[in-house]
Amino acid sequence: MNNHYNEYKGLHLNYEIITNIIKKNAKVLDIGCGEGTLLKMLYDQKHCSGVGIEIDQHNAIKSIEKGLSIIQGDLLEWLKNFADNEYDYVILNQTLQSTEKPDMVIDEMIRVGKKAVVSFPNFGYWRVRFYLLFNGTMPKSNILPFEWYNTPNIHLLTVKDFFEFCQKRNIKILDSIYLKRAKAFKNFFTKTMTNLFTEEAVFVISK
Amino acid sequence: MEENNKSVGIVKTQFFQIEDNIELESGTLFGPIQVAYETYGQLNETKDNAILLLHALTGDAHAAGYHSEEDKKPGWWDDMVGPGKAFDTDKYFVIASNMLGGCSGTTGPCSINPQTGKPYGLSFPVITISDTVKVQRKLIEHLGVKKLIVAGGSMGGMQALEWAIEQNDLVNACIIIASTGRLTAQGIAFNAVGRNAILSDPYFNNGDYYDKELQPERGLAIARMVGHITYLCEDAMHKKFGRRFQDKDKPNFDFHIDFEVESYLEHQGRTFVDRFDANSYLYITKAVDYFDAAYKYGSLENAFKRTNAKFLIMSFTSDWLFPTAQSKELVQALTKEGKDVSFCEIESPCGHDAFLLEFETQTKIIKSFLAKERGLYEQSL
Repeated sequence: MNNHYNEYKGLHLNYEIITNIIKKNAKVLDIGCGEGTLLKMLYDQKHCSGVGIEIDQHNAIKSIEKGLSIIQGDLLEWLKNFADNEYDYVILNQTLQSTEKPDMVIDEMIRVGKKAVVSFPNFGYWRVRFYLLFNGTMPKSNILPFEWYNTPNIHLLTVKDFFEFCQKRNIKILDSIYLKRAKAFKNFFTKTMTNLFTEEAVFVISK
Repeated sequence: MEENNKSVGIVKTQFFQIEDNIELESGTLFGPIQVAYETYGQLNETKDNAILLLHALTGDAHAAGYHSEEDKKPGWWDDMVGPGKAFDTDKYFVIASNMLGGCSGTTGPCSINPQTGKPYGLSFPVITISDTVKVQRKLIEHLGVKKLIVAGGSMGGMQALEWAIEQNDLVNACIIIASTGRLTAQGIAFNAVGRNAILSDPYFNNGDYYDKELQPERGLAIARMVGHITYLCEDAMHKKFGRRFQDKDKPNFDFHIDFEVESYLEHQGRTFVDRFDANSYLYITKAVDYFDAAYKYGSLENAFKRTNAKFLIMSFTSDWLFPTAQSKELVQALTKEGKDVSFCEIESPCGHDAFLLEFETQTKIIKSFLAKERGLYEQSL
């Protein structure tokens, strides 16, 4: 594990990682943008233009208060509305696992965006596996704090699942960054090890 | 006048005369036109800090403040207009005018036709939203405004939209609240019932009633009652009135007012006739029915190709007269054209009237949108 990607620290590590990935002055669409923290970073640090989509009214208003352009509504409903390649990047940060139709969301993301950035918590992380193995109950952690009955994460997946998904659909993986214990890595030697040691993954994909 | 340090204070309605004829959408040349308007705040040196507020169906030029010390009721959007408010009069030069065809100071069917010396009545030409906007443009030019932001709810939103599409050279930003690019068949139907109530009033006299002792008050009151039902929603009416009887606990067994909701509608109708003209109601509802932002250019997308304004569009969950789906139609067309648009559907139990009532949420959103429009966020980089 000597191949550190960078010395990231702090709560919003994946915000920083994604901000690093996005090129200056890019046109971005942040779907499921929450309170707009990431989009605001992209506006400020990368001089990006673009829009956020957020279903929750209070989050949408908080985003608007940051000076962002926000459309309140369902991300899949609004994605369908955009033209092919309209954005340089379509970003789905920590939201894939809570979408109703993740396959359709990704299809739309790589249609609307020249590139798509997807991040999600890895259910194949060894601690998650051990939790289920030894506790016999649905795993909980800092990233996955919910009970099985109230979790918004209805489509949990592993890094391996995502590889297979992309392969099946001929989706190109342009870049991948793996997070473990608030540090970012390029990989963990093998795909099996990567799936075991990654807490959270960030992928850059395209058609 | 209530003690309120956030009020614009005592204001006065002013008047502006357009001497030349204006070509109306119907092809008719019409003039002269008087425009009643009020302004709040100061126009800056570059003359680009103006906000034009567009009123709804029965509004007027008196958007904010009080007309005298004794005045109990402030302007119709007083919650939103004033120092530190959504439309901040410390920063902006806010303008509101009565629309063409209205009855609160701007030329309308109750005005005297200079050629006959009598009120126009039904000889007043049929007007459209586009015509009212043309008249507003004359006022804006008269005031020396170079760039402006337009904002309105309901029919005011239609005018804001018309401004952004047809007067695109002046409009920097456009705020459309609880509105639509075109009324639904249901909306037209309610307006038609209102017009029928007026037209079938025995005292309507083909619109020539101004010097008569009896006026078409009943027809206008019924039109208002129908309208008022559409401004509320089932839930709001249930909470406000339930099935309660008015001042009693059992029914009359006759056809006088039994229920509280009946009494409320009766009151709304009765007070409305004191401040509104039946002919104006006919003309203005017709203008609302005719409005179709897509019609002239074949589609909303084509219409929006003409504008570079930034848009803020808001709807309310319980509004069934101008439902969210209609706002979404606008947002969809704008995003398809790659225009800068923000959209919020505000949770509210107040029905269509929410745009006049839910001022706290609207204030948050509008203030942020306007700050962005002024580039305040860019400056903070």
